[in-house]
Amino acid sequence: MKRVGVFVCWCGRNIAETVDIEALCRQLGRDAPVAWVEDYKYMCSEPGQQLMKKAIAEQHLDAVVVAACSPNMHEVTFRLAAEAAGLNPYRLEIANIREQCSWVHRDRDQATAKALDIVRSMVEKVARDEELQPLRVPVTKRALVIGAGISGMQAALEIADAGHEVLLVERQTYIGGHMAQLSETFPTLDCASCILTPRTAEVARHPRIKLMVASEVIEVGGYVGNFVVRIRQNPTYVDWSTCTGCMECVEKCPRQVPSRFERGLGTRKAISVAFPQAVPYRPSIDAEACLYFTKGRCGICQKTCPVGAVDYEQKPVIHEEKVGAIVVATGYELFPKARIGEYGYGKYPDVIDGLEFERLNSASGPTSGRIQRPSDGKVPKEVVFIQCVGSRDQEKGVPYCSKICCMYTAKHAMLYKHKVPDGQAYVFYMDVRAGGKGYEEFIQRAVEEDGVLYLRGRVSRIFPEGSKLMVWGVDTISGEKVEIAADLVVLAMAMVPSPTARDLARVLKVSIDEHGFFSEAHPKLRPVESLSRGIYLTGCAQAPKDIPEAVAQAGSAASKVLALFSSDELLHPPTVVRVDPEICSGCGLCVKSCPYEARQIDPVSKVARVREVLCQGCGACAAACPNGATQHINFTKEQLMSMIDTFTGPPDGAGRER
Amino acid sequence: MAVEREEGQSPGDFEPRIVALLCNWCSYTGADLAGTSRIQYPPNIRVIRVMCSGSVDPMYILKAILEGADGVLIGGCHAGDCHYINGNYKARRRVAIARRVLDQLGLDGRRVWFRFISASEGRLFAETVREMVAQLKEIGPNPMRDRWEL
Ligand code: FES
Repeated sequence: MKRVGVFVCWCGRNIAETVDIEALCRQLGRDAPVAWVEDYKYMCSEPGQQLMKKAIAEQHLDAVVVAACSPNMHEVTFRLAAEAAGLNPYRLEIANIREQCSWVHRDRDQATAKALDIVRSMVEKVARDEELQPLRVPVTKRALVIGAGISGMQAALEIADAGHEVLLVERQTYIGGHMAQLSETFPTLDCASCILTPRTAEVARHPRIKLMVASEVIEVGGYVGNFVVRIRQNPTYVDWSTCTGCMECVEKCPRQVPSRFERGLGTRKAISVAFPQAVPYRPSIDAEACLYFTKGRCGICQKTCPVGAVDYEQKPVIHEEKVGAIVVATGYELFPKARIGEYGYGKYPDVIDGLEFERLNSASGPTSGRIQRPSDGKVPKEVVFIQCVGSRDQEKGVPYCSKICCMYTAKHAMLYKHKVPDGQAYVFYMDVRAGGKGYEEFIQRAVEEDGVLYLRGRVSRIFPEGSKLMVWGVDTISGEKVEIAADLVVLAMAMVPSPTARDLARVLKVSIDEHGFFSEAHPKLRPVESLSRGIYLTGCAQAPKDIPEAVAQAGSAASKVLALFSSDELLHPPTVVRVDPEICSGCGLCVKSCPYEARQIDPVSKVARVREVLCQGCGACAAACPNGATQHINFTKEQLMSMIDTFTGPPDGAGRER
Repeated sequence: MAVEREEGQSPGDFEPRIVALLCNWCSYTGADLAGTSRIQYPPNIRVIRVMCSGSVDPMYILKAILEGADGVLIGGCHAGDCHYINGNYKARRRVAIARRVLDQLGLDGRRVWFRFISASEGRLFAETVREMVAQLKEIGPNPMRDRWEL
């Protein structure tokens, strides 16, 4: 029989006032496995720990129960102390007689009896606890960043700058994400591409960043430190390794189509680069638009290319890569316009969204930065901006605030006024949320310096009248109906997660919230970690945020990756499950019940196996196992049953004495 | 246990004995919070900390009742919040089955409760214990108790 020592803490008066420590110790001293009982005013204090260490050594204790506060408080403290005294730390358990006993009951007799039960149950458990060593797993010091918007690029750069290789995977044919579409940024009004272009160039030339554009992560296996990912590189129909970027093909291509990058406001060729500063600066063919693919004729680009880089036969390529950590930076999209019926978006050409306005205003955009309305190219004199379109709308949109719309609407209105000083800008708003450095001042500037007219209220209807768009709304401050004959209407659409997020979450086996944003492990304390170890979140993939926040979060995610890479081995808690192959019937229930793919049926022996480093120690498979072949280490059925026994047995503890 | 039945006590005012299996991440921490906030509740409950409500083998529930516990409480994280993705749903199903088995044995499945209690719901934990004690007093003592009381 094991020699169990029990150390009862008074916690000053916190425990001692309600629990009769003397009676408790006296009773425990009579129980069979208890070889040593000691109490002290503050067990967690230095002398308290010393006393425990001394007893472990002198009394040859091989298991210890500390009856004190919650294990959430000091389990680690006491386990470290026990280890220092030569006891395996997994042979120490905490009996929670403060939070769950002395603090919640007043009757001293009842509290004492309950404390006795609690300690006894832990004595039963600890007497059956195994000595364990943490599992050690090697780390592949190479990171995968999914999404090369501003946040993903930042994360990649920080990890690469710290000396580790990064695989940066981007679905589009270029990097930079939505920021590449922006004209200026708030609250400084500095040009977006002037900030972005040096970053994209840095990413492209970084010796430790391996960039994969037109690529998607399709499968992730393995676990923290040792992920195996499969990436599909979609065909661009141009061999970029031979292409020199001369763009002669683009010039000669006869096929013009609306440009996605310009959000349909401009055109591009069927073979093209998304925009002039695109990185990598290489053309790709849009098979849906290309005459060769759709009609089987043309082939001009292939004939034109001086280096023979155009390859209509290119097929998707699957790459398999090993990485130790993954950063998810899949960004956002705007709320689907099809769902905003009442504002005529998609129906009237002069009702546009915020990103479209960015393109109109961009020097490299379809109008070279002149503000012209899409329908007839006229310079609009009355422009209505509507905030919260789709956001904060329980019924038709999303319930959350998209966070950046107040700011970018003010920016749009200002930029418009700078370009069309005799024009009038109206902003319909619900509230103005301008929390951030220099943000409130920015809004004030829009109102005071640029004369932007803010109207509090919702727009009820927009309809065309002649060449104008009639905007009906209510100013809820004056209570008056407002009617504006506008030339252009700009909708600040809600931000929604990237459409790829849902599938990616499934591939990564991490959770997303009800809206499709990736869920962080803890909203306050672990904001960049997913609940799966080794997978981190950054940027709008996690929640709507602006550029400074997306960049800050990227740094934080990168530092998590670097911390992971700072040692050669990772420690994994050993309280996983174990299979007795003699008993296992190979029924496979454990495989089904495991959310981590840690359980498998061995193809040769036909019994279940545990992939220990994948096991998170939840115990679900052990509960599902019909014959007890799978046991949760240190939470075995025998242990749990013995604990239940202490609670259901005779009240006086009869049968426990030695 | 502290709450012994005295001679001649009528079943109505007996003190029920509850065994609780609480998930480490939510309900156990919620119970801790009840303590930190000094919210008082009846001492009729004995808690076992498990890593996840999904690790609760239905045998634990049956065992507790067959050994004379008047009630069993399983506490897990709220829907969608389980630290291990979906253990709480597994627990909910297993509890439903255990209740049915108990009903068939004539032991009243209402003795077994499954509740979602988060780490921030100390008050809810205390209330749950109060409610459960009250309901068990109505149901009366577990007939299996007498096995050892005799
Ligand atoms: S971790 Fe709380 S129920 Fe699964």
